[in-house]
Amino acid sequence: MSNDIALQAIDLVKHFSTGSSGVLGRATNIVQAVDGVSFTLPRGKTLGIVGESGCGKSTLARLVTRLIEPSSGSVVLDGVDITNLSGKALREMRRKLQIIFQDPYSSLNPRHSIGQIIGDPMRIQGIVTRPNEKAEVQDLMQRVGLNPEHYNRYPHEFSGGQRQRIGIARALSLQPSVIVADEPVSALDVSIQAQILNLLENLQKDLGLSYVFIAHDLSVVRHIADQVAVMYLGKIVEVGAAVTVYSNPAHPYTKALLSAVPVANPSMRGLGRRIRLVGDVPSPIDPPSGCRFRTRCWKATDLCAAVEPPLQADGAGRVVACHFPEETPVTIGQSPV
Amino acid sequence: MTSMFDSVREDGVAPNSAESIVGKSPRELAWARMSRDKVSLFALGVIITYLLVAALAPVICAVLGISPYALDGNALNDYGLPKGAFGGISTEHWLGVEPGTGRDIFARLIYGARASLLVGILATILTTAIGLVIGVVAGYKRGWVDSIIGRFMDVTLAFPSFLLIIALTRPFTQRLESLGVPEGNPARMTYIILVLATFGWVYVARVVRGQTLSLREREFVEAAKASGATSRHIVFKQLLPNLWAPVIVIVSLSLPGYVATESTLSFLGLGLMQPAASWGVMLGDSVRYYRADPTYLFIPGIALVVLVMAFNIVGDAVRDALDPKADRQNLL
Repeated sequence: MSNDIALQAIDLVKHFSTGSSGVLGRATNIVQAVDGVSFTLPRGKTLGIVGESGCGKSTLARLVTRLIEPSSGSVVLDGVDITNLSGKALREMRRKLQIIFQDPYSSLNPRHSIGQIIGDPMRIQGIVTRPNEKAEVQDLMQRVGLNPEHYNRYPHEFSGGQRQRIGIARALSLQPSVIVADEPVSALDVSIQAQILNLLENLQKDLGLSYVFIAHDLSVVRHIADQVAVMYLGKIVEVGAAVTVYSNPAHPYTKALLSAVPVANPSMRGLGRRIRLVGDVPSPIDPPSGCRFRTRCWKATDLCAAVEPPLQADGAGRVVACHFPEETPVTIGQSPV
Repeated sequence: MTSMFDSVREDGVAPNSAESIVGKSPRELAWARMSRDKVSLFALGVIITYLLVAALAPVICAVLGISPYALDGNALNDYGLPKGAFGGISTEHWLGVEPGTGRDIFARLIYGARASLLVGILATILTTAIGLVIGVVAGYKRGWVDSIIGRFMDVTLAFPSFLLIIALTRPFTQRLESLGVPEGNPARMTYIILVLATFGWVYVARVVRGQTLSLREREFVEAAKASGATSRHIVFKQLLPNLWAPVIVIVSLSLPGYVATESTLSFLGLGLMQPAASWGVMLGDSVRYYRADPTYLFIPGIALVVLVMAFNIVGDAVRDALDPKADRQNLL
């Protein structure tokens, strides 16, 4: 494994069984939350993962951080397969791979002071001595733009943006090389979103971090990501350099998503053709055969129902899972179609 | 510390006012909140007084020259009732004397507090410890562990516990005596404590389980896991601090409840026996004389009511004081 790959997911699968398997033997349903996801995160880069609610983004975040166990597949961190690590080795691994959560309210223990929250990972890993702890924590607080004097304060005394900074400081406290950010700004106001995104970018520059950045907001991902993977119903349907995916989407789903991004400039509004997808996302308990997007796709044919399109490179350097990838380059807000 | 002020704060306000950033430790804050509430401080004083008096009962009696067992025929009239008004209250017998025997009620009251509080405190410690452990395990492990514990709790709750306590008193105290617990009142007290714990833990466990179930889904638990925390750390450091509030309320309600149960059992003749003193023994004795000497009935009764109220008030106050969301501004 080459040294410039920070994190790699290989064919990750997570199936949850739901419904009671009680005495009466009621049938259990299998939710195919994540179904064969692979990606590669180059060192120092940001991989954006987008998709609508329920497509398995958060499950994926928890799979790669080993918070839940995959049904199959593996995760490779710095060239080491971490899928089956346990005990001491797993603890050591956790130092390198940290996670930032979506909800700045439930991600901080309300009974712990900020100092305790940020210092906890260091204490758990035993990498800090008691006298140094406060100084280390205050360093981190300063680094993420918090007033170090607020060391003894409690989470409820902070705003959403400040709380997210606390979460970031906690993730940084173990000096990780990879951070998985699970919708870190979706709970925040737009003005605060920009502050947090800039903070994450600056930290990446200063500390050489690699990010897996999960979001449902395409403009947020466009701002921060080098590479973008688009997920639909537990699978990656398209992946590529952010510039390419945004300017020249190959998968119909990507195109539909991009067409739904609101246009800031009023004079440009209405020029882009808005693709309206009909129907809801199918249930991950019983996904459609063949291509999972075919039930909502305007291009679907019998082939799409019969054969699942593999994720592969097309001629234009795009990696897409579609039998009929889009040809025409589109730009948001303009109407070449 | 002033160098820290140079840091840029998120809100962009120049951090120049020192008064807004006084760092108080959580314990100082809790105490500050607690001491703001004069009623709960008074109630806390009452509880401490009860505990001190109970602990020092032999010393107090020795100093005052009274005894819970000494008979005093001179304090009784020809009918065996206390001489003088209000059950024979005098400078010699501060709370009067017992009808029929002339034993000093004050001495018996403070000796009785020993037995009653000991039963209450030990039963509370046992039920809380058992309930906390079982509740956290059920809520944190979920799955079949939770199912088994849940059914077990249902069965325990469905038991006619009071009937059982009454029915099993004799065989169990005898069994305890044969196991080496001193005969008589020590064996009876042990029995009461064990029985209260056997049926009492369920109430703690159910509340703790529910809280744990909701807490374990929070992202801060995942964050701890992501930094390599063991289950032990998660349960003790992450979950338990969030469980104290409901547990303290249960404790503050159940401790006086157990004291009252001990009184009830002794009143029914199943708890401590004469000549030993407990509030239940006194109450049971006093109802025989309630027409002729109502004061005797009121004294242990009031002692019990005051204790129950004091615990409830302090329990509420401690819960509020431990809540970091309580108002901080007024304390700085």
